[in-house]
Amino acid sequence: MTIRLGPWSVRLAPRALVVGLALVVVACGVTVAAISTGEFTVPVPDVVSALFGQGTPVAELIVSKLRAPRVVTGLLVGAAFGLSGAIFQSLTRNPLGSPDFIGFTAGASTGGILAVVAGGSAMTIAGGALTGCVVTAALVYAMAFRGGVQGYRLVLVGIGANALLLAVNSYLLTRANINDAATAGAWLTGSLSGRGWDHAIPVALALAVLLPVCAFLSRPMRMIEMGDDSARAMGIRVEVVRAVAIAAGVLLSGVATAAAGPVVFVALAAPQLARRLTRSPGVTMGASALMGAVLLTAADLAAQRVLAPTQLPVGVLTAAIGGTYLTLLLRKDRH
Amino acid sequence: MAARLSGTDLTLAYDQRVVASGLSVAIPDESFTVIIGPNACGKSTLLRALARMLKPRTGAVHLDGSVITSLPSKEVARRLGLLPQTSIVPDGITVADLVARGRYPHQRLMRQWSRADEAAVAEAMRATDVTDLAERIVDELSGGQRQRVWLAMALAQETPILLLDEPTTFLDISHQIEVLDLCADLHEAGRTMVAVLHDLNQACRYATHLIVMRAGEVVAEGDPVEVVTPELVHQVFDLRCEIISDPQTGTPLIVPEARRRSPAPA
Repeated sequence: MTIRLGPWSVRLAPRALVVGLALVVVACGVTVAAISTGEFTVPVPDVVSALFGQGTPVAELIVSKLRAPRVVTGLLVGAAFGLSGAIFQSLTRNPLGSPDFIGFTAGASTGGILAVVAGGSAMTIAGGALTGCVVTAALVYAMAFRGGVQGYRLVLVGIGANALLLAVNSYLLTRANINDAATAGAWLTGSLSGRGWDHAIPVALALAVLLPVCAFLSRPMRMIEMGDDSARAMGIRVEVVRAVAIAAGVLLSGVATAAAGPVVFVALAAPQLARRLTRSPGVTMGASALMGAVLLTAADLAAQRVLAPTQLPVGVLTAAIGGTYLTLLLRKDRH
Repeated sequence: MAARLSGTDLTLAYDQRVVASGLSVAIPDESFTVIIGPNACGKSTLLRALARMLKPRTGAVHLDGSVITSLPSKEVARRLGLLPQTSIVPDGITVADLVARGRYPHQRLMRQWSRADEAAVAEAMRATDVTDLAERIVDELSGGQRQRVWLAMALAQETPILLLDEPTTFLDISHQIEVLDLCADLHEAGRTMVAVLHDLNQACRYATHLIVMRAGEVVAEGDPVEVVTPELVHQVFDLRCEIISDPQTGTPLIVPEARRRSPAPA
């Protein structure tokens, strides 16, 4: 489907549009459900008035201070993980090239644990996670670099770094005192509980800058998926595109981990699901972001309600859902 | 002899391994140039350098009088196309979508699909006879069909010069001829074609200009009828042979010497 306006033209796949709209609808549904239900039910009309400062004080507290920031953080973090996964899976031409597998998330965890052990506040932990992610990515990139970075080298070096960092993380936890270890353990499963606007805002800012960058990158990245020579022959500066894409992907997974902890499998599953739903050949940034947002908020809603009043950390559910999905994916690929 | 594309005094190397040095070639305009030589003689390396896939350590490749690396890369991609030896087929892509990707150098973020794009893709698919396959998934095609689709993508790029790195590898004999005939048609239509080939007889039959390489050097260059001799074949491929005239085309046909003659009938 082509939309033309004077000298401008944009090409859209009808199926991708429908999937995108459906995901927006689902995300809205999950958001409303997450805000209005719970131990204290706020009817939907009251949710709207509370958001605009017109509701009862109790409704306003619950909606604006507790539930809205949590679900908004979930949407933003999910979108950031989805985009980051889409970028790295495209660059490595491998579904297992997700930041969870190539050490970036593990590096963020190391940073987070070190901040916990150092007795840091929530903000220090977030800073530690972001730093850990960026430092790990820089080291993996440097070690995989050989006049350019090949996808499979990035995956191999990343898997090595991942194993090493997981060992470091376990070691740090055994050395930490019991309280720190408990705090770090809770943070390590990934959680949206108690997230406020100060968690959502950094992720929102990162997305505001990086979403347009991703939109710009998606066309050259699709060409690079066909091989470096093919892309170069089409006039794409492969190394530049790759470096910018890696930077964007690292920042996205870094800020997302900083806000919610290392929530696993969203970055792996969202782009794969988005791709299968849109049946689009190659990376689909928009659908991956939306899918990530839906996955994380839906998993968080389930984590709060399934075993209520017991609250599970969202990472437990994404791991359970993601693990099941990964198994199915591998089973399907075998044929 | 006018040559829009040429390489001067090239030193070509991968990491520490120098493949060629002091190499100079010019691709005659509107020729069908075929580069040939034994394995590891540097023929693909030379093609990659001409296509700016490999930066020469010394010397320079010129396109239309400018050093190729000094031109904007999208600009080069509108003048010079390359069909690499191997490309990765994106999962689940249709023929029409893959061919359309050849329009990338002509597109911008806000000009993704102009009428010119549409016309170029239709023409490229017609020329390569893949129009009927337009909605098929590329992964499901035969090797010969798939190679025609890749060629269609390179054609959609609408470059006056097209480089092909071993376009017949992995194809059976009938598909090899099909692809080469198609290249000859594209040459007839006015394109400058440059191909690396393995088969000397095919090279002689299709080339209007032959570049013969050995150990990183150009040993002979010119019309195959004048250039290809038993001495040259022996010098380059270390093979004793007889050369006869191809009964179909009159071009040189290499008949390798038999190692042991069958016993004469008594």
